[in-house]
Amino acid sequence: MEEEFRIIDHYLMIRLPEEIDHKSCQEISRKADRMLLDSEVKHVVFDFSRTMFMDSSGVGVLAGRYRKVSCFGGKVFVANANRRIRKILKLSGLMKYLEFMEQEEENEKRDQD
Amino acid sequence: MKNEIRIEMEALPENEGFARVAAAAFITPQNPTVEEVCDVKTAVSEAVTNAVIHAYEEKGGRIVIRCSLENGLLHIEIEDFGRGIEDIPKAMEPLFTTRPELERSGMGFAFMEAFMDSLDVKSEPGKGTRIIMEKKFGSTLCGE
Repeated sequence: MEEEFRIIDHYLMIRLPEEIDHKSCQEISRKADRMLLDSEVKHVVFDFSRTMFMDSSGVGVLAGRYRKVSCFGGKVFVANANRRIRKILKLSGLMKYLEFMEQEEENEKRDQD
Repeated sequence: MKNEIRIEMEALPENEGFARVAAAAFITPQNPTVEEVCDVKTAVSEAVTNAVIHAYEEKGGRIVIRCSLENGLLHIEIEDFGRGIEDIPKAMEPLFTTRPELERSGMGFAFMEAFMDSLDVKSEPGKGTRIIMEKKFGSTLCGE
């Protein structure tokens, strides 16, 4: 499955693939950066709803996009991240730079903090 | 009974997924938890990606993966014959990367350390690197 990119208002929405690793990341970063340049995008939303696997390559993608949008006051949002993804993000020390969108109740028990 | 597999592969990005799925399949008879499977997949992915990117600088080369299982203990070795690591403690520091232009997170070794029970790195510049990791099943601490 391919990742999908959409721009809604000033938000670049990226629906991430099932597996986020070194291989898939190269493409995601490249496409995301092109869209960040082309359009009037201010914020980026990473949607993990399909994602089953992510290694440290994914952390690089999020951190890299944060670096780009934060210069202009933009934010990086994370949506539908399962427990595993949140664990990886927490371990990487990236949590404080990300905004978590907690719209769905499907994420039953939240391990907040 | 001891079980063992050995995989030799080309150091290409498309083989990173194969390597971690092979490791996951290898541990299936242990009835691992979902968390344990993810831990092993992540650690293998990190080690193989390091070999692809750093050992061979994305030009390809040989990677050898050995996995063995005995009494619930998984032993994994991931070996390459690439450029090697000059300063292992430095390389293992979280956020450290020799190639910042690639936008890597510098968390590869930190993740291997976090998700496996033990991690040992043997390397010699110009000769290659061997990553040795172990994990005991049925004792995962997945607190954080």
